[in-house]
Amino acid sequence: MLDKFERTVIGVALLVSALFIFCLFYAMGAKKGNVTECLPYDKSYEDARVSQLDKNTYQVFYVARMWNFEPSVVYIPVGSEVDFFVTSKDVVHGFEISEKNVNLMGVQGAVAKTTVKFDKPGVYKVTCHEFCGTGHQNMQAEVIVNYPSK
Amino acid sequence: MHLSKPIRNIILIELFVPVLLLTIGIYHGLMQVIYRAGVIHQSSFAKLDYYQGLTLHGVINAIVLTTFFAVAFGHATIAFHLKKEPNYRASMLSLCLMVGGTLMAAWAMLMGKASVLYTFYAPLKAHPLFYLGTALLIVGSWVAFFDWVSIYTKWKKDNTEVNTPLAVLGTLINFTIWFVCTLAVAYEVLVLLIPWSMGWTPTVNVSLTRTLFWFFGHALVYFWLLPAYIMFYTILPKLAGGKLYSELAGRIAFFLFLLLSIPIGVHHQFGDPAIGRGIKLTQSILTFGVAVPSFITAFTIAASLEYAGRKRGAKGLWNWVWKLPFFDKNVYLFGYLINGLILFIFGGLTGIVNASYSLNNVIHNTAWIPGHFHLTVAGPVFLAILGMSIFMTSQLTGKKIFLPKINTIVPYLWTVGVLIFSTGLMWGGLLGEPRRTNLGLTYLNPESELYNPYWVITTMLGLAGGGIMFAAGVLYFIVFFGTFLSKRTAEPVIDFPISEVYHTEKRIPIFDTFRPWLVAMAVILFMAYVPAIMDTLNNNGKKAPPYLPTDPAPVISTIEKK
Repeated sequence: MLDKFERTVIGVALLVSALFIFCLFYAMGAKKGNVTECLPYDKSYEDARVSQLDKNTYQVFYVARMWNFEPSVVYIPVGSEVDFFVTSKDVVHGFEISEKNVNLMGVQGAVAKTTVKFDKPGVYKVTCHEFCGTGHQNMQAEVIVNYPSK
Repeated sequence: MHLSKPIRNIILIELFVPVLLLTIGIYHGLMQVIYRAGVIHQSSFAKLDYYQGLTLHGVINAIVLTTFFAVAFGHATIAFHLKKEPNYRASMLSLCLMVGGTLMAAWAMLMGKASVLYTFYAPLKAHPLFYLGTALLIVGSWVAFFDWVSIYTKWKKDNTEVNTPLAVLGTLINFTIWFVCTLAVAYEVLVLLIPWSMGWTPTVNVSLTRTLFWFFGHALVYFWLLPAYIMFYTILPKLAGGKLYSELAGRIAFFLFLLLSIPIGVHHQFGDPAIGRGIKLTQSILTFGVAVPSFITAFTIAASLEYAGRKRGAKGLWNWVWKLPFFDKNVYLFGYLINGLILFIFGGLTGIVNASYSLNNVIHNTAWIPGHFHLTVAGPVFLAILGMSIFMTSQLTGKKIFLPKINTIVPYLWTVGVLIFSTGLMWGGLLGEPRRTNLGLTYLNPESELYNPYWVITTMLGLAGGGIMFAAGVLYFIVFFGTFLSKRTAEPVIDFPISEVYHTEKRIPIFDTFRPWLVAMAVILFMAYVPAIMDTLNNNGKKAPPYLPTDPAPVISTIEKK
């Protein structure tokens, strides 16, 4: 059978993997890091819009098309919590806000969702990071955080 | 071992054709770093579009080269270890299918009718011959595999009490993984995409096609990698002047790959909307399982190399490293393999980042991803293919290697290039730089509104590294084609160096049989993938018509016109 060193190494490899898996759950639990929600689809997601739920809570419904996002500019007050919904009306698109680790795919007939809190003012770029045709490199939108708070 | 001329020629064609195409693939690699760094602000160069070039780069380097090589190396491995030549007709049929399929796909790509990248995500539509061509290439590789299975079964009947040689076991496991995972992509292509691209069916379920693609897509990377693993276990220790520390560890590693290579593909789809979180988390954890055989391999190979270093007179804790034959042109293959292993340390670690569920949000589809996979597929995989293609060509033609000193430095130059290139891309990825994007037109164009100065340094590093990689590639082509064209000086043979085993090990029957492992593989596969497929069927609320990459309006199918 395997010798002593080899058995130790397999044991260590398993332990290291277990540590990584623990970190993964820790990130989910304590840091609330998660992947997109899986929501049932309906046609209303194809209406691009921004809606305000209460003072500090917004929902933005993005529609990605070749080669722009709608709405292309969104204004949000500092300190808001925003639900992003993304769908596509044609090919597969990407939806990335690098500073906030938002990373979703826009797929026709399905809707991706994530929630982000914007604590710092700034212009956050939304970049399409999936090849979507010859105009792909033009496809960027903005979330502007610092809408004068009332 | 002596091989008959027809079989020799088949293997040589299977090396020559993809390396010839690789010149196009590597040219487009260089062009991409030039576009991306904003050196040129154009959508095309020399009549070839950026995305067309990216498609050529991906399909040629990652599918054509790797598949042809796996079949050529498999023919040689099976023949050499089982002392039986592959069947001529089967091998010829396999060769014709693969070459025919490749030509079809190459035509579609070069005509600009298939600029959909190597993942061909629907609803982007390519020319039907692109889909058909890739399908034929895959089916061709199956034919070779079926023939090896029959050779192996006959051999096993006569050798029931003898351990299957590790190289043969690895080859058969690799092609079993390949056969199973390509069934999904064959279904995607033949049943869903070809009728749709012909206009016979109006729409496809986008999430389903993506999931079928990634059922194949991650196992594909192990299909690239396992030939290199076979070389690490069975050839590398011998080249270093030592012995393989444990053969059993190799068997365990290969069988773990058989179990876990496929049911982890969803980790490429963490951002996809139609798949539930539970499945994503499950497959994320399974991905950590598939890291275990790589840990085992890393230890076993390092132990084998340490033994070799000590046999060469090394003392102390680390001195053995410097005793290894890094620049010995007689064992140039050592240089190719060891550089691959060094790159793979970083490739493996960055891969763990990608697999880590929510951490994937940081880097998904950014330049980090090509930064990572150039440390794997352009690391151990590519270097093993380069080194072994020269080794096999030289042996099977009986010709001396052209410019042996240049040949010895190629892997080192390549490794320096990849390290710089990947550093640039991964750094850029952490700053949000997207992959698969002609950055030079907008993000790296100071005249554009979208200009992003943070990506200047990262893309410049990519350019520097890419330039060095290109130079190493050119030197390889000179050695490879130079060897092909020089005069025969010896009898053509195939003789792989074979590592002896350090421990004498008893044969353990469970690690020398396929059936129980195949059953376990099927069970894990069903548990991991049935829910994923069901999710895509249930949650994708609307199917999509085809789109050309150039036009936001869908292609109107013939059915709708009526």
